[in-house]
Amino acid sequence: MALDSKIPHGPIADKWTNYKDHINLVNPANKRNLDIIVVGTGLAGGSAAATLAELGYNVKAFCFQDSPRRAHSIAAQGGINAAKNYKGDGDSVYRLFYDTVKGGDYRAREANVHRLAEVSTNIIDQCVAQGVPLAREYGGLLDNRSFGGTLVSRTFYAQGQTGQQLLLGAYSAMNRQIGRGKIKMYNRHEMLELVIIDGKARGIIARNLVTGEIERHSAHAVVIGSGGYGNVFFLSTNAMGSNATAAWKIHKKGAFFANPCYTQIHPTCIPVSGDHQSKLTLMSESLRNDGRIWVPAKLEDAQAIREGKKKATDLAEADRDYFLERRYPAFGNLVPRDVASRAAKERCDAGFGVNKTGEAVYLDFAAAIKRYGTEAVYVKGLDANDTKLVTKLGTEIVKSKYGNLFQMYYKIVDEDPYTSPMMIYPAVHYTMGGTWVDYNLMTTIPGCFSIGESNFSDHGANRLGASALMQGLADGYFVLPYTIGDYLAPDIKMGEISTDRPEFDEAEKSVKELIANFMNNKGTHSVDHFHKKLGKIMWDKVGMARNEKGLNEAIVEIAALREEFYKDVRVPGTDKGFNQELEKAIRVADFLELGELFAKDALHRKESCGGHFREEYQTEEGEALRDDENFAYVAAWEYKGKPSDAVLHKEPLVYENIKLVQRSYK
Amino acid sequence: MKLTLKIWRQKNAQDKGAMVDYKIDGIEPDMSFLEMLDVFNEQQINAGEEPVAFDHDCREGICGMCSLFINGEAHGPDRGVTTCQLHMRMFKDGDTITIEPFRAAAFPVVKDLVVDRSSFDRIQHAGGFISVNTSGNTIDANTIPVNKKDADAAFDAATCIGCGACVATCKNSSAMLFVAAKVSQFALLPQGQVEAVDRVLNMVSQMDDEGFGNCTNTGACEVECPKGISLENIARMNREYMSASLKG
Amino acid sequence: MAKSGLLKSSIAKKVAMALSGLFLMLFLAQHFLINMTSVISADVFNAISHFMGTNPLVQFVIQPILIVGVVFHFIMGFVLDIQNRKARPVSYASYNGAANASWASRNMIISGSVILAFLALHFYDFWFPEMVYKYVEFNPADETRYFHELAEKFVNPVRTGLYSLSFVLLSLHLRHGFSSSFQSVGQNNKYTKGMKNFGLWFSVIVPLGFVFIALFHHFNH
Repeated sequence: MALDSKIPHGPIADKWTNYKDHINLVNPANKRNLDIIVVGTGLAGGSAAATLAELGYNVKAFCFQDSPRRAHSIAAQGGINAAKNYKGDGDSVYRLFYDTVKGGDYRAREANVHRLAEVSTNIIDQCVAQGVPLAREYGGLLDNRSFGGTLVSRTFYAQGQTGQQLLLGAYSAMNRQIGRGKIKMYNRHEMLELVIIDGKARGIIARNLVTGEIERHSAHAVVIGSGGYGNVFFLSTNAMGSNATAAWKIHKKGAFFANPCYTQIHPTCIPVSGDHQSKLTLMSESLRNDGRIWVPAKLEDAQAIREGKKKATDLAEADRDYFLERRYPAFGNLVPRDVASRAAKERCDAGFGVNKTGEAVYLDFAAAIKRYGTEAVYVKGLDANDTKLVTKLGTEIVKSKYGNLFQMYYKIVDEDPYTSPMMIYPAVHYTMGGTWVDYNLMTTIPGCFSIGESNFSDHGANRLGASALMQGLADGYFVLPYTIGDYLAPDIKMGEISTDRPEFDEAEKSVKELIANFMNNKGTHSVDHFHKKLGKIMWDKVGMARNEKGLNEAIVEIAALREEFYKDVRVPGTDKGFNQELEKAIRVADFLELGELFAKDALHRKESCGGHFREEYQTEEGEALRDDENFAYVAAWEYKGKPSDAVLHKEPLVYENIKLVQRSYK
Repeated sequence: MKLTLKIWRQKNAQDKGAMVDYKIDGIEPDMSFLEMLDVFNEQQINAGEEPVAFDHDCREGICGMCSLFINGEAHGPDRGVTTCQLHMRMFKDGDTITIEPFRAAAFPVVKDLVVDRSSFDRIQHAGGFISVNTSGNTIDANTIPVNKKDADAAFDAATCIGCGACVATCKNSSAMLFVAAKVSQFALLPQGQVEAVDRVLNMVSQMDDEGFGNCTNTGACEVECPKGISLENIARMNREYMSASLKG
Repeated sequence: MAKSGLLKSSIAKKVAMALSGLFLMLFLAQHFLINMTSVISADVFNAISHFMGTNPLVQFVIQPILIVGVVFHFIMGFVLDIQNRKARPVSYASYNGAANASWASRNMIISGSVILAFLALHFYDFWFPEMVYKYVEFNPADETRYFHELAEKFVNPVRTGLYSLSFVLLSLHLRHGFSSSFQSVGQNNKYTKGMKNFGLWFSVIVPLGFVFIALFHHFNH
């Protein structure tokens, strides 16, 4: 099967407009006769469900949480990019497009990224109209901040809770439609199988997590907006419930899975404190606007700090190594995430780590506090030599910018980040890979769409900060509502699809068998036991730096672990009711397959790009070394019974508007 | 740390439920409260017992999924945190910890410590939105300047995570702080004015229909709210409501 | 579209509680000021009492409003309390109310009930005899009887004790009720802090003053 990305013809700036002008439309009266299932209610799923319902379709929305408002988009902190150029600092749609493709290390699809940059400005207008309280300046107009990998200030934000505010905006749009009866909301439901009829996606099987009932739901199209698969690492910044099950089930039913190895390791997370750790907490990238990252310049200082004999504040300026500023003078602390993460790992591997485990670097706000404080002292006409006053005023300003993050850090680590630098270390955060989709956001299964983090299309091999929110909302509010109409236009006379069809019987049967297997398995270990083991393999061998030997080992180990899991997992309780262990078992079963494909993809990609770093392929200075001649393609994997048999399909990446160069942030 | 846990166990909504005592050992002060429960559940599973069900998701204090009434307080003894951010360093070796679900007629128990908070969603369906279509043709975001003070106050109100601690902690099981936060967010913004009258009337009406209690201004909600949502919002809602009642 | 609940919604009830409470506090303030004169001068006290007891506006307009206000306030208080109890059918095994709210704010129903019991005693002591004196037996007006009637009641140490105890509970009731009524009618702004302080003083001075008056007459008999 050849992959057809269905990119419209014409100049890149006109593609989306031309496309919209020529697609099929469904008239309002007919939309009432069409049902759409949306799985996931984050920024992508939530905004899609709201918009589709508003257009007139009957939407059934599903989420595993107790309310759509809890989707993990809510945890996004820093901001959302948009090419508004409110600052007049030279931003434009083209520049956002360019930055995103470059930031993605030239592994994203040009046409999709350009469309994303185009609609980015609509998102801000839309959200403000919905009452999302984005940060404002004293003049009453919207404020911006800078994020990594760009030279302009284009990030809109709401303190450190931008994701929350945007998600609550989408949730409010959903509420309006739920109140009107246009969205039927299924909380505490998990999709466990896709139903395909005559080659098209026509429904899902879902489990009611409260009653344990297995339910059939039919629709004319199915939209997956279930997020990424970062939890394959067990420890990540994802929510505990974040899972790949919906995405993996459609993969097993024929949707190709693209670039699974592109995973973003976020540089600024709170380091692991012990074996009991259940998840990792992100400290927003926005902190790098004001925080300076460093480690001791001398090994003996690093050791003394690890042993508790010295404190960070004891070290003189000359004894500190601001390694990002040293290595990347142009971008400094604001290099893209993949670059910053690798640089931190490099220092820690060399023995300069600063916490007990040796896996932490400092993120220091002393300079920012001093800078802001001095400014405030001048503005107020006070004594600039009063260091106490400068620190006090500076602290207040830093608090107003990042207060909630500092408080979060303090609660977790029990150390005051205003007086001693934060400790941070990279952690798994976002997955750029995902279901392969064409320009219409449709997977290789007709009628099955994939939006937001669950698809692969916009971020290439590395995502820039504040772009995930942009992509989720762009897909849901402004892209899918057009493309899905084009697909549904021929179905207007179909009528409701019966759930009594044999395809539903079969799908339901397979789900029930899977559940029965778990319930009847009298194993000896909990689901978490296996999940942690999988996470360890992934982090050690498929983590921030990968090599051929490690990847080959990982593939064997994951396959063996999967076998052991099915034999030895213990799921207590009953399937006829609320059972969190059963929920986890089903999710981990899918991670155990996905992890193997992930390693296989990483093994086949014999280059380094963005979040995928192969130790064999690096420049002399330790930077990622791309191989555009052989690997400028999307690796889309077709499921053939088990991950090791997956078949590779290539979608060549053609760059007509951007010249491929070695990414440099120096 | 060695602890005694008194946990509410209830098989399902129909079951009567009871407090059950457990012992646990090997808890470290750096663990979060939920990580302590993870350890406890692992111990239960290994012993062939059923683990205790509790809601949780993001574990960074923003999704609002975690609940728990710990030692008589919503989200436990610490201030400004959700249960997932509560750390065991707040407790001492040998302590007895009582863990109950959030209790209110409008929050029926699903299982053990898990409750159904969909009444909150229904209040939002009644009016927690501004009716704009997602056409992308809305006016430019900077066309309506918003006074920074109002924008910040609207933001503060909007940070509510909908966890239900206000209801759980209120001696009357009142949901006023939750409803007031949403009403205030929109009441403070120019975008929210058009539907202001209908919004407050409908949301309060739905709140009353759900069976929440009445507010008697004890202020407990404000103290226990993990996001520090202020009582000012309730005063604002009362104002909005009375003026809307006279207009509407 | 909009569902107005001017009469039956939870907020309307709460505002009604606040407004009736504010009205009762005004009454209390004037009652306090008049009684205070009994400590200073029996004649002034008699003169004011006579005016209040015979003025038709006070007797036939303000007095009925006051009675309605009192009855409304306590009936509504009980109704709300019953509703609030129903809102949590299963109570907590452990509930640390003191951690986040004052005793006074959590126990308005207790302080209110004590005040209600006190009112019964008070009516028995003063109001019923007064009504009988004026409107049943149609006794002639006596401008000098009031002080004597007052002072005589406080001879009994048990009554004086009960009065004093009730005023302590009244203090607690006012302690929460004063600032709470402003919050209920939607006043939470830059004046709130000052208002709260004033409420604090009010809730201490007025009941303490009443206790003082009772003790004064008890010991000066």
